[in-house]
Amino acid sequence: MSGPQRQFSATLLAPGAAAGLVFLLAEPLSFWGGLDSSTGRIIDRWHPQKDEIITGKILLMKAGRGSSSGSSVLAEAIRLGKGPAGIVLLSRDAIVIVGAMVAAELYGIACPVVMAREEDWAGISTAPRLALHATADQAHITLS
Amino acid sequence: MAPSLSAFDQELLAGTHGEAAAFCMRLLTRFAEAVGAESFIDIEAAHIDGCLYLGEVSLDFVEHLVRHGGRVRVPTTLNVGSVDLIHPELFIGEPKIGSGGARLMKAHEELGCMPTFTCAPYQTMFRPRFGAQIAWAESNAIVFANSVIGARTNRYGDFIDLCCAMTGRAPLYGLHITENRRAEILVEIESLPAEWEDAGPACVAVGHTIGKRCGSLVPAIVGLPRNTREDDLKALGAVAASSGAVALFHAVGLTPEAATVEQAFQGLPPVEVIRLTADDLRQTICNLSTVPDGTPLSGVSFGTPHFSFAEFSRLMPLIEGERPVVDIYINTNRGVLDQLAMPGWDKALEAAGVTLVIDTCTYVTAIMRDMSGAIMTNSGKMAYYAPGNIGVEIAFGSLADCMASARAGKVVRL
Repeated sequence: MSGPQRQFSATLLAPGAAAGLVFLLAEPLSFWGGLDSSTGRIIDRWHPQKDEIITGKILLMKAGRGSSSGSSVLAEAIRLGKGPAGIVLLSRDAIVIVGAMVAAELYGIACPVVMAREEDWAGISTAPRLALHATADQAHITLS
Repeated sequence: MAPSLSAFDQELLAGTHGEAAAFCMRLLTRFAEAVGAESFIDIEAAHIDGCLYLGEVSLDFVEHLVRHGGRVRVPTTLNVGSVDLIHPELFIGEPKIGSGGARLMKAHEELGCMPTFTCAPYQTMFRPRFGAQIAWAESNAIVFANSVIGARTNRYGDFIDLCCAMTGRAPLYGLHITENRRAEILVEIESLPAEWEDAGPACVAVGHTIGKRCGSLVPAIVGLPRNTREDDLKALGAVAASSGAVALFHAVGLTPEAATVEQAFQGLPPVEVIRLTADDLRQTICNLSTVPDGTPLSGVSFGTPHFSFAEFSRLMPLIEGERPVVDIYINTNRGVLDQLAMPGWDKALEAAGVTLVIDTCTYVTAIMRDMSGAIMTNSGKMAYYAPGNIGVEIAFGSLADCMASARAGKVVRL
Protein backbone atom coordinates (compact mmCIF):
# COMPACT_ATOMS: atom_id res chain seq x y z
CA MET A 1 0.00 0.00 0.00
CA SER A 2 1.38 3.42 -0.89
CA GLY A 3 0.68 6.84 0.61
CA PRO A 4 -0.26 7.63 4.21
CA GLN A 5 -2.13 5.09 6.28
CA ARG A 6 -5.92 5.49 6.08
CA GLN A 7 -7.13 3.15 8.79
CA PHE A 8 -5.95 2.41 12.32
CA SER A 9 -7.10 -0.36 14.60
CA ALA A 10 -8.18 0.68 18.07
CA THR A 11 -9.57 -0.72 21.33
CA LEU A 12 -13.32 -0.61 21.92
CA LEU A 13 -14.34 1.30 25.06
CA ALA A 14 -17.96 2.17 24.16
CA PRO A 15 -19.64 0.90 20.97
CA GLY A 16 -21.10 2.87 18.07
CA ALA A 17 -20.27 4.51 14.76
CA ALA A 18 -19.63 8.19 14.12
CA ALA A 19 -17.89 10.57 11.72
CA GLY A 20 -17.06 14.23 11.93
CA LEU A 21 -14.54 17.02 12.11
CA VAL A 22 -11.66 16.49 14.51
CA PHE A 23 -11.52 18.50 17.74
CA LEU A 24 -8.12 17.95 19.36
CA LEU A 25 -8.03 19.01 23.02
CA ALA A 26 -4.82 20.96 23.56
CA GLU A 27 -4.98 20.16 27.27
CA PRO A 28 -7.01 17.67 29.32
CA LEU A 29 -10.48 18.98 30.16
CA SER A 30 -12.56 18.27 33.26
CA PHE A 31 -16.15 18.05 31.97
CA TRP A 32 -17.44 19.05 35.42
CA GLY A 33 -16.83 22.77 35.64
CA GLY A 34 -15.28 22.70 32.16
CA LEU A 35 -18.11 21.89 29.74
CA ASP A 36 -21.55 23.48 29.52
CA SER A 37 -23.77 20.45 28.83
CA SER A 38 -26.58 22.59 27.43
CA THR A 39 -24.43 24.20 24.70
CA GLY A 40 -21.40 21.92 24.22
CA ARG A 41 -19.15 24.89 24.94
CA ILE A 42 -15.88 24.72 26.88
CA ILE A 43 -16.28 27.01 29.91
CA ASP A 44 -13.12 26.28 31.93
CA ARG A 45 -11.65 29.77 32.25
CA TRP A 46 -8.08 28.38 32.26
CA HIS A 47 -8.46 26.09 29.24
CA PRO A 48 -6.75 27.29 26.02
CA GLN A 49 -9.83 26.31 23.96
CA LYS A 50 -12.31 28.14 26.18
CA ASP A 51 -15.52 29.11 24.31
CA GLU A 52 -14.99 26.56 21.54
CA ILE A 53 -17.76 24.04 20.88
CA ILE A 54 -17.30 20.26 20.82
CA THR A 55 -20.82 19.36 19.64
CA GLY A 56 -20.83 16.84 16.78
CA LYS A 57 -17.03 16.65 16.65
CA ILE A 58 -14.74 13.66 17.01
CA LEU A 59 -13.10 14.64 20.28
CA LEU A 60 -9.46 13.63 20.64
CA MET A 61 -8.10 13.62 24.17
CA LYS A 62 -4.94 11.95 25.36
CA ALA A 63 -6.29 11.62 28.91
CA GLY A 64 -9.19 12.73 31.04
CA ARG A 65 -8.99 15.01 34.02
CA GLY A 66 -10.86 16.09 37.09
CA SER A 67 -13.95 15.31 39.08
CA SER A 68 -15.86 12.08 38.56
CA SER A 69 -19.00 14.25 38.25
CA GLY A 70 -17.72 14.68 34.69
CA SER A 71 -19.52 11.45 33.77
CA SER A 72 -22.88 13.10 34.46
CA VAL A 73 -21.98 16.23 32.54
CA LEU A 74 -20.87 14.23 29.49
CA ALA A 75 -23.98 12.02 29.61
CA GLU A 76 -26.20 15.12 29.97
CA ALA A 77 -24.52 16.77 26.97
CA ILE A 78 -25.06 13.61 24.89
CA ARG A 79 -28.72 13.46 26.00
CA LEU A 80 -29.23 17.06 24.86
CA GLY A 81 -27.55 16.41 21.50
CA LYS A 82 -24.71 18.75 22.46
CA GLY A 83 -22.06 16.14 23.10
CA PRO A 84 -19.24 15.03 20.80
CA ALA A 85 -20.10 12.56 18.01
CA GLY A 86 -17.35 10.24 19.23
CA ILE A 87 -14.25 10.23 21.40
CA VAL A 88 -10.70 8.96 20.81
CA LEU A 89 -8.52 8.46 23.90
CA LEU A 90 -4.97 7.31 24.49
CA SER A 91 -5.76 5.92 27.96
CA ARG A 92 -8.70 4.10 29.53
CA ASP A 93 -10.44 7.03 31.17
CA ALA A 94 -13.22 5.75 33.43
CA ILE A 95 -15.04 9.10 33.65
CA VAL A 96 -15.44 9.34 29.86
CA ILE A 97 -16.34 5.68 29.43
CA VAL A 98 -19.02 5.75 32.14
CA GLY A 99 -20.57 8.94 30.73
CA ALA A 100 -20.85 7.40 27.26
CA MET A 101 -22.13 4.06 28.59
CA VAL A 102 -24.90 5.70 30.64
CA ALA A 103 -26.08 7.84 27.71
CA ALA A 104 -26.26 4.71 25.53
CA GLU A 105 -28.11 2.66 28.16
CA LEU A 106 -30.64 5.32 29.15
CA TYR A 107 -31.27 7.17 25.90
CA GLY A 108 -30.03 4.79 23.23
CA ILE A 109 -27.70 7.51 21.91
CA ALA A 110 -24.32 6.06 21.00
CA CYS A 111 -21.21 8.16 21.47
CA PRO A 112 -18.50 5.67 20.48
CA VAL A 113 -15.31 5.78 22.56
CA VAL A 114 -12.14 4.08 21.35
CA MET A 115 -8.56 3.96 22.54
CA ALA A 116 -5.94 4.56 19.87
CA ARG A 117 -2.39 3.23 19.88
CA GLU A 118 0.32 5.68 20.91
CA GLU A 119 2.25 5.21 17.63
CA ASP A 120 -0.84 6.14 15.58
CA TRP A 121 -1.56 9.39 17.47
CA ALA A 122 0.37 11.68 15.10
CA GLY A 123 -1.44 10.28 12.06
CA ILE A 124 -4.86 10.52 13.72
CA SER A 125 -4.57 13.88 15.45
CA THR A 126 -3.49 15.76 12.31
CA ALA A 127 -6.45 14.53 10.23
CA PRO A 128 -9.22 17.03 9.55
CA ARG A 129 -12.01 14.42 9.68
CA LEU A 130 -12.29 10.98 11.21
CA ALA A 131 -14.78 8.15 11.26
CA LEU A 132 -15.04 5.75 14.20
CA HIS A 133 -16.39 2.26 13.98
CA ALA A 134 -16.59 0.35 17.23
CA THR A 135 -18.39 -2.95 17.70
CA ALA A 136 -17.83 -5.88 20.03
CA ASP A 137 -15.77 -7.61 17.32
CA GLN A 138 -13.55 -4.77 16.16
CA ALA A 139 -12.81 -1.08 16.51
CA HIS A 140 -11.08 1.12 14.02
CA ILE A 141 -10.47 4.76 13.15
CA THR A 142 -10.60 5.86 9.51
CA LEU A 143 -9.42 9.09 7.88
CA SER A 144 -12.43 10.41 6.01
CA MET B 1 -9.76 -8.32 28.85
CA ALA B 2 -13.14 -9.14 30.34
CA PRO B 3 -13.08 -9.67 34.12
CA SER B 4 -13.75 -13.15 35.48
CA LEU B 5 -17.21 -13.48 36.98
CA SER B 6 -18.27 -15.45 40.05
CA ALA B 7 -21.46 -17.50 39.99
CA PHE B 8 -23.16 -14.64 41.83
CA ASP B 9 -21.88 -12.07 39.31
CA GLN B 10 -23.35 -14.21 36.54
CA GLU B 11 -26.69 -14.38 38.34
CA LEU B 12 -26.67 -10.60 38.68
CA LEU B 13 -26.01 -10.21 34.96
CA ALA B 14 -28.66 -12.77 34.05
CA GLY B 15 -31.33 -10.84 35.96
CA THR B 16 -31.82 -13.44 38.71
CA HIS B 17 -31.70 -10.60 41.25
CA GLY B 18 -33.84 -8.22 39.24
CA GLU B 19 -33.53 -6.01 36.20
CA ALA B 20 -32.12 -3.05 38.14
CA ALA B 21 -29.25 -5.15 39.50
CA ALA B 22 -28.64 -6.61 36.03
CA PHE B 23 -28.44 -3.11 34.52
CA CYS B 24 -25.91 -2.09 37.20
CA MET B 25 -23.82 -5.24 36.78
CA ARG B 26 -23.70 -4.66 33.02
CA LEU B 27 -22.25 -1.18 33.55
CA LEU B 28 -19.93 -2.45 36.26
CA THR B 29 -18.54 -5.22 34.05
CA ARG B 30 -17.64 -2.78 31.30
CA PHE B 31 -16.21 -0.34 33.84
CA ALA B 32 -14.07 -3.15 35.32
CA GLU B 33 -12.78 -4.00 31.86
CA ALA B 34 -11.96 -0.35 31.20
CA VAL B 35 -9.95 0.05 34.42
CA GLY B 36 -8.25 -3.32 33.98
CA ALA B 37 -9.77 -5.14 36.97
CA GLU B 38 -9.63 -8.93 36.64
CA SER B 39 -12.43 -9.78 39.05
CA PHE B 40 -14.92 -8.42 41.60
CA ILE B 41 -14.97 -8.43 45.40
CA ASP B 42 -17.75 -8.15 47.98
CA ILE B 43 -18.12 -4.76 49.62
CA GLU B 44 -19.44 -4.01 53.12
CA ALA B 45 -20.83 -0.54 52.42
CA ALA B 46 -21.25 2.18 49.81
CA HIS B 47 -21.42 5.97 49.84
CA ILE B 48 -23.19 7.68 46.95
CA ASP B 49 -22.38 11.12 45.53
CA GLY B 50 -25.26 11.13 43.04
CA CYS B 51 -27.67 13.29 45.04
CA LEU B 52 -26.45 16.56 43.60
CA TYR B 53 -28.56 17.55 40.62
CA LEU B 54 -26.38 17.93 37.48
CA GLY B 55 -29.16 17.78 34.91
CA GLU B 56 -31.96 15.41 33.95
CA VAL B 57 -29.54 12.54 33.47
CA SER B 58 -28.95 12.50 37.26
CA LEU B 59 -32.64 11.85 37.82
CA ASP B 60 -33.19 9.58 34.80
CA PHE B 61 -30.52 7.17 36.00
CA VAL B 62 -31.94 6.79 39.50
CA GLU B 63 -35.58 6.74 38.36
CA HIS B 64 -34.67 3.93 35.94
CA LEU B 65 -33.48 1.85 38.89
CA VAL B 66 -36.53 2.79 41.01
CA ARG B 67 -38.88 1.80 38.17
CA HIS B 68 -37.25 -1.61 37.93
CA GLY B 69 -37.69 -2.26 41.64
CA GLY B 70 -34.05 -1.66 42.53
CA ARG B 71 -32.77 -2.01 46.07
CA VAL B 72 -29.24 -1.54 47.42
CA ARG B 73 -27.61 -4.76 48.68
CA VAL B 74 -25.25 -3.20 51.29
CA PRO B 75 -25.66 -0.37 53.85
CA THR B 76 -25.48 2.74 51.69
CA THR B 77 -25.05 6.34 52.83
CA LEU B 78 -25.82 9.44 50.77
CA ASN B 79 -23.72 12.53 50.17
CA VAL B 80 -25.14 16.05 50.18
CA GLY B 81 -28.00 17.00 47.90
CA SER B 82 -28.86 20.33 46.25
CA VAL B 83 -31.34 21.36 48.94
CA ASP B 84 -31.67 21.33 52.73
CA LEU B 85 -34.74 19.11 53.20
CA ILE B 86 -34.93 20.14 56.87
CA HIS B 87 -34.94 23.86 55.97
CA PRO B 88 -36.14 23.96 52.32
CA GLU B 89 -36.74 27.71 52.58
CA LEU B 90 -32.96 28.27 52.58
CA PHE B 91 -32.73 27.37 48.86
CA ILE B 92 -32.73 30.48 46.67
CA GLY B 93 -31.62 29.00 43.32
CA GLU B 94 -33.45 28.01 40.12
CA PRO B 95 -36.76 26.22 40.89
CA LYS B 96 -35.93 23.38 38.46
CA ILE B 97 -32.75 22.57 40.37
CA GLY B 98 -34.62 22.85 43.66
CA SER B 99 -37.46 20.49 42.69
CA GLY B 100 -35.26 18.11 40.64
CA GLY B 101 -32.71 18.07 43.46
CA ALA B 102 -35.31 17.26 46.11
CA ARG B 103 -36.79 14.45 43.97
CA LEU B 104 -33.29 13.06 43.36
CA MET B 105 -32.68 12.83 47.11
CA LYS B 106 -36.04 11.08 47.67
CA ALA B 107 -35.48 8.67 44.77
CA HIS B 108 -32.21 7.50 46.36
CA GLU B 109 -34.11 6.82 49.59
CA GLU B 110 -36.58 4.70 47.60
CA LEU B 111 -33.63 2.50 46.57
CA GLY B 112 -32.98 1.84 50.26
CA CYS B 113 -30.14 4.32 50.74
CA MET B 114 -29.92 5.98 54.15
CA PRO B 115 -30.87 9.68 54.18
CA THR B 116 -27.59 10.81 55.74
CA PHE B 117 -27.00 13.55 53.12
CA THR B 118 -23.53 14.23 54.40
CA CYS B 119 -20.03 14.46 52.98
CA ALA B 120 -18.73 13.23 56.36
CA PRO B 121 -20.35 9.75 56.56
CA TYR B 122 -17.20 8.70 58.41
CA GLN B 123 -18.37 10.77 61.41
CA THR B 124 -21.76 9.07 61.62
CA MET B 125 -22.81 5.67 62.97
CA PHE B 126 -21.97 4.28 59.52
CA ARG B 127 -18.22 4.80 59.95
CA PRO B 128 -16.54 1.76 58.34
CA ARG B 129 -14.06 -0.43 60.22
CA PHE B 130 -10.32 -0.73 59.57
CA GLY B 131 -9.63 -2.89 56.54
CA ALA B 132 -13.23 -2.91 55.29
CA GLN B 133 -13.64 -3.15 51.51
CA ILE B 134 -16.08 -0.39 50.54
CA ALA B 135 -17.16 1.56 47.44
CA TRP B 136 -17.24 5.23 48.33
CA ALA B 137 -17.66 8.33 46.23
CA GLU B 138 -16.99 12.03 47.01
CA SER B 139 -13.36 12.96 47.12
CA ASN B 140 -13.07 14.00 50.79
CA ALA B 141 -14.98 10.94 52.01
CA ILE B 142 -12.75 8.67 49.93
CA VAL B 143 -9.49 10.14 51.22
CA PHE B 144 -10.71 10.08 54.85
CA ALA B 145 -11.90 6.45 54.66
CA ASN B 146 -8.63 5.27 53.13
CA SER B 147 -6.25 7.41 55.16
CA VAL B 148 -7.69 8.04 58.61
CA ILE B 149 -9.73 4.83 59.01
CA GLY B 150 -7.79 2.39 56.85
CA ALA B 151 -10.89 1.20 55.00
CA ARG B 152 -10.31 0.46 51.30
CA THR B 153 -11.93 2.24 48.38
CA ASN B 154 -11.01 3.62 44.98
CA ARG B 155 -12.15 7.02 43.78
CA TYR B 156 -15.59 5.88 42.68
CA GLY B 157 -17.86 8.45 41.14
CA ASP B 158 -21.09 9.14 39.33
CA PHE B 159 -23.23 6.10 38.46
CA ILE B 160 -20.55 3.53 39.34
CA ASP B 161 -20.90 4.18 43.08
CA LEU B 162 -24.59 3.27 42.86
CA CYS B 163 -23.84 0.26 40.64
CA CYS B 164 -21.57 -1.08 43.40
CA ALA B 165 -24.27 -0.47 46.03
CA MET B 166 -26.96 -2.20 43.94
CA THR B 167 -24.80 -5.29 43.39
CA GLY B 168 -22.69 -5.37 46.58
CA ARG B 169 -19.67 -5.84 44.30
CA ALA B 170 -16.69 -3.71 43.32
CA PRO B 171 -13.96 -4.24 40.74
CA LEU B 172 -10.73 -5.49 42.35
CA TYR B 173 -8.05 -2.95 41.47
CA GLY B 174 -6.19 0.06 42.88
CA LEU B 175 -6.55 0.80 46.58
CA HIS B 176 -8.52 -2.36 47.34
CA ILE B 177 -5.12 -4.13 47.08
CA THR B 178 -2.52 -3.94 49.88
CA GLU B 179 0.58 -3.23 47.80
CA ASN B 180 -1.05 -0.29 46.02
CA ARG B 181 -1.54 1.41 49.40
CA ARG B 182 2.19 1.77 49.92
CA ALA B 183 3.53 5.32 50.34
CA GLU B 184 5.69 6.53 47.44
CA ILE B 185 6.53 10.15 48.34
CA LEU B 186 7.95 11.23 51.70
CA VAL B 187 6.71 14.67 52.81
CA GLU B 188 8.87 16.06 55.62
CA ILE B 189 7.69 19.12 57.54
CA GLU B 190 10.94 20.65 58.74
CA SER B 191 9.44 23.53 60.71
CA LEU B 192 6.02 24.89 61.67
CA PRO B 193 5.02 28.56 62.08
CA ALA B 194 5.45 29.20 65.82
CA GLU B 195 2.49 31.63 65.82
CA TRP B 196 0.00 28.92 64.79
CA GLU B 197 -1.46 27.40 67.97
CA ASP B 198 -4.25 25.60 66.13
CA ALA B 199 -3.17 22.62 63.99
CA GLY B 200 -5.87 23.47 61.42
CA PRO B 201 -4.00 25.88 59.13
CA ALA B 202 -0.84 23.72 59.08
CA CYS B 203 -2.89 20.69 58.04
CA VAL B 204 -4.68 22.67 55.33
CA ALA B 205 -1.34 24.00 54.01
CA VAL B 206 0.16 20.50 53.88
CA GLY B 207 -2.97 19.09 52.26
CA HIS B 208 -3.01 21.77 49.58
CA THR B 209 0.66 21.13 48.84
CA ILE B 210 0.38 17.36 48.52
CA GLY B 211 -2.61 17.78 46.21
CA LYS B 212 -0.57 20.03 43.95
CA ARG B 213 2.64 18.04 44.03
CA CYS B 214 1.92 14.34 44.48
CA GLY B 215 -0.26 13.61 41.44
CA SER B 216 -1.70 10.14 41.90
CA LEU B 217 1.24 8.94 44.04
CA VAL B 218 0.62 8.16 47.72
CA PRO B 219 2.35 10.53 50.18
CA ALA B 220 3.49 9.81 53.75
CA ILE B 221 3.72 12.92 55.93
CA VAL B 222 6.15 13.31 58.81
CA GLY B 223 6.10 16.21 61.26
CA LEU B 224 2.46 17.34 61.52
CA PRO B 225 1.68 19.37 64.70
CA ARG B 226 1.50 17.33 67.92
CA ASN B 227 -2.02 18.58 68.58
CA THR B 228 -3.36 17.37 65.19
CA ARG B 229 -6.90 16.01 65.66
CA GLU B 230 -9.16 13.89 63.51
CA ASP B 231 -10.93 17.00 62.20
CA ASP B 232 -7.58 18.46 61.14
CA LEU B 233 -6.80 15.31 59.15
CA LYS B 234 -10.28 15.62 57.64
CA ALA B 235 -9.45 19.17 56.49
CA LEU B 236 -6.06 18.03 55.18
CA GLY B 237 -7.57 15.26 53.08
CA ALA B 238 -10.42 17.43 51.80
CA VAL B 239 -8.13 20.12 50.41
CA ALA B 240 -5.64 17.55 49.05
CA ALA B 241 -8.50 15.95 47.11
CA SER B 242 -9.52 19.41 45.79
CA SER B 243 -6.16 20.81 44.66
CA GLY B 244 -5.24 17.34 43.39
CA ALA B 245 -6.49 13.78 43.10
CA VAL B 246 -5.20 12.38 46.39
CA ALA B 247 -7.19 9.30 47.44
CA LEU B 248 -4.87 8.11 50.23
CA PHE B 249 -2.21 9.72 52.42
CA HIS B 250 -0.36 8.40 55.42
CA ALA B 251 0.53 10.57 58.42
CA VAL B 252 3.27 8.80 60.31
CA GLY B 253 2.28 8.15 63.93
CA LEU B 254 -1.28 9.32 63.29
CA THR B 255 -2.94 7.12 60.67
CA PRO B 256 -3.44 3.36 61.01
CA GLU B 257 -1.25 2.06 58.19
CA ALA B 258 1.70 4.26 59.18
CA ALA B 259 2.88 3.56 62.72
CA THR B 260 6.39 4.07 61.30
CA VAL B 261 7.87 5.40 58.05
CA GLU B 262 8.94 1.84 57.15
CA GLN B 263 5.40 0.54 57.57
CA ALA B 264 3.96 3.34 55.41
CA PHE B 265 6.45 2.55 52.62
CA GLN B 266 6.07 -1.23 53.09
CA GLY B 267 9.84 -1.45 53.42
CA LEU B 268 10.66 0.17 50.07
CA PRO B 269 12.43 3.53 49.57
CA PRO B 270 10.52 6.71 48.61
CA VAL B 271 10.66 7.74 44.94
CA GLU B 272 10.74 11.40 45.98
CA VAL B 273 11.16 13.53 49.11
CA ILE B 274 9.33 16.87 49.53
CA ARG B 275 10.56 19.14 52.34
CA LEU B 276 8.34 21.93 53.69
CA THR B 277 9.33 24.81 55.96
CA ALA B 278 7.27 27.21 58.05
CA ASP B 279 7.62 29.79 55.28
CA ASP B 280 6.26 27.37 52.66
CA LEU B 281 3.23 26.72 54.87
CA ARG B 282 2.61 30.44 55.51
CA GLN B 283 2.83 31.17 51.78
CA THR B 284 0.36 28.41 50.89
CA ILE B 285 -2.16 29.69 53.42
CA CYS B 286 -1.71 33.26 52.20
CA ASN B 287 -2.42 32.15 48.59
CA LEU B 288 -5.74 30.56 49.59
CA SER B 289 -7.29 34.00 50.13
CA THR B 290 -8.37 35.89 47.01
CA VAL B 291 -8.70 39.20 48.93
CA PRO B 292 -6.35 41.10 51.29
CA ASP B 293 -6.88 41.60 55.02
CA GLY B 294 -9.29 44.44 55.77
CA THR B 295 -11.68 43.50 52.91
CA PRO B 296 -15.39 43.85 53.88
CA LEU B 297 -17.09 40.51 54.51
CA SER B 298 -20.66 39.51 53.76
CA GLY B 299 -20.51 36.12 55.46
CA VAL B 300 -18.57 33.37 57.19
CA SER B 301 -18.96 29.70 56.29
CA PHE B 302 -17.85 26.66 58.32
CA GLY B 303 -18.32 22.98 57.72
CA THR B 304 -16.87 22.02 54.32
CA PRO B 305 -16.72 19.05 54.92
CA HIS B 306 -19.65 18.91 57.36
CA PHE B 307 -18.90 20.23 60.88
CA SER B 308 -18.56 17.49 63.49
CA PHE B 309 -19.84 17.65 67.06
CA ALA B 310 -16.20 18.05 68.19
CA GLU B 311 -15.84 21.10 65.92
CA PHE B 312 -19.00 22.62 67.42
CA SER B 313 -17.48 22.03 70.87
CA ARG B 314 -14.50 24.17 69.89
CA LEU B 315 -16.69 26.84 68.33
CA MET B 316 -19.17 27.29 71.20
CA PRO B 317 -16.88 29.32 73.52
CA LEU B 318 -16.09 31.60 70.55
CA ILE B 319 -19.71 32.57 69.88
CA GLU B 320 -20.25 33.92 73.40
CA GLY B 321 -20.21 37.68 73.68
CA GLU B 322 -20.74 40.33 71.04
CA ARG B 323 -23.12 39.33 68.24
CA PRO B 324 -21.50 38.96 64.78
CA VAL B 325 -22.42 41.61 62.21
CA VAL B 326 -22.35 39.28 59.17
CA ASP B 327 -24.18 36.02 58.37
CA ILE B 328 -22.55 32.84 59.67
CA TYR B 329 -23.40 29.55 57.97
CA ILE B 330 -22.44 26.14 59.33
CA ASN B 331 -22.92 23.05 57.16
CA THR B 332 -23.55 19.87 59.08
CA ASN B 333 -25.63 16.71 59.04
CA ARG B 334 -28.82 15.45 60.68
CA GLY B 335 -26.99 13.31 63.24
CA VAL B 336 -24.96 16.26 64.53
CA LEU B 337 -28.06 18.48 64.50
CA ASP B 338 -29.75 16.01 66.87
CA GLN B 339 -26.72 16.04 69.16
CA LEU B 340 -26.73 19.85 69.32
CA ALA B 341 -30.22 19.90 70.87
CA MET B 342 -29.14 18.10 74.05
CA PRO B 343 -26.85 20.84 75.43
CA GLY B 344 -29.14 23.49 73.86
CA TRP B 345 -26.43 24.60 71.43
CA ASP B 346 -28.86 24.83 68.50
CA LYS B 347 -30.71 27.61 70.36
CA ALA B 348 -27.48 29.34 71.40
CA LEU B 349 -26.24 29.29 67.80
CA GLU B 350 -29.53 30.65 66.50
CA ALA B 351 -29.38 33.45 69.11
CA ALA B 352 -25.90 34.32 67.87
CA GLY B 353 -27.21 34.67 64.32
CA VAL B 354 -25.84 31.38 62.98
CA THR B 355 -27.70 29.62 60.14
CA LEU B 356 -27.37 25.84 60.35
CA VAL B 357 -27.38 24.28 56.89
CA ILE B 358 -28.30 20.58 56.85
CA ASP B 359 -28.24 17.98 54.01
CA THR B 360 -26.27 20.23 51.65
CA CYS B 361 -23.34 22.64 51.58
CA THR B 362 -22.87 26.34 50.92
CA TYR B 363 -20.20 25.75 48.24
CA VAL B 364 -22.39 23.65 45.90
CA THR B 365 -25.79 25.31 45.98
CA ALA B 366 -27.54 28.68 46.25
CA ILE B 367 -27.99 29.35 49.97
CA MET B 368 -25.92 32.32 51.04
CA ARG B 369 -28.10 35.41 50.88
CA ASP B 370 -25.47 38.11 50.53
CA MET B 371 -22.39 37.52 48.41
CA SER B 372 -21.60 41.16 47.65
CA GLY B 373 -18.55 41.10 49.90
CA ALA B 374 -16.04 38.34 50.53
CA ILE B 375 -16.83 35.09 52.37
CA MET B 376 -14.44 33.88 55.07
CA THR B 377 -13.87 30.23 55.94
CA ASN B 378 -11.55 27.93 57.86
CA SER B 379 -12.00 25.28 55.16
CA GLY B 380 -9.30 24.81 52.54
CA LYS B 381 -11.78 22.95 50.33
CA MET B 382 -14.34 25.78 50.46
CA ALA B 383 -11.56 28.28 49.69
CA TYR B 384 -10.46 26.21 46.70
CA TYR B 385 -13.86 25.68 45.06
CA ALA B 386 -16.13 28.58 46.06
CA PRO B 387 -14.65 31.26 43.76
CA GLY B 388 -15.32 29.04 40.69
CA ASN B 389 -18.52 27.31 41.85
CA ILE B 390 -20.55 30.15 43.30
CA GLY B 391 -18.49 33.16 42.18
CA VAL B 392 -17.40 34.67 45.50
CA GLU B 393 -14.16 36.15 46.78
CA ILE B 394 -12.70 34.11 49.63
CA ALA B 395 -10.63 34.81 52.73
CA PHE B 396 -9.12 31.84 54.56
CA GLY B 397 -8.41 31.92 58.31
CA SER B 398 -8.44 29.86 61.50
CA LEU B 399 -11.72 29.29 63.36
CA ALA B 400 -10.85 32.11 65.76
CA ASP B 401 -9.84 34.49 62.94
CA CYS B 402 -13.16 33.80 61.20
CA MET B 403 -15.17 34.60 64.35
CA ALA B 404 -13.21 37.79 65.01
CA SER B 405 -13.79 38.84 61.40
CA ALA B 406 -17.52 38.07 61.68
CA ARG B 407 -17.67 40.63 64.50
CA ALA B 408 -15.49 43.18 62.73
CA GLY B 409 -17.39 42.84 59.42
CA LYS B 410 -14.07 42.61 57.60
CA VAL B 411 -11.10 40.28 57.33
CA VAL B 412 -8.99 40.54 60.50
CA ARG B 413 -6.33 38.25 61.99
CA LEU B 414 -5.77 37.64 65.69
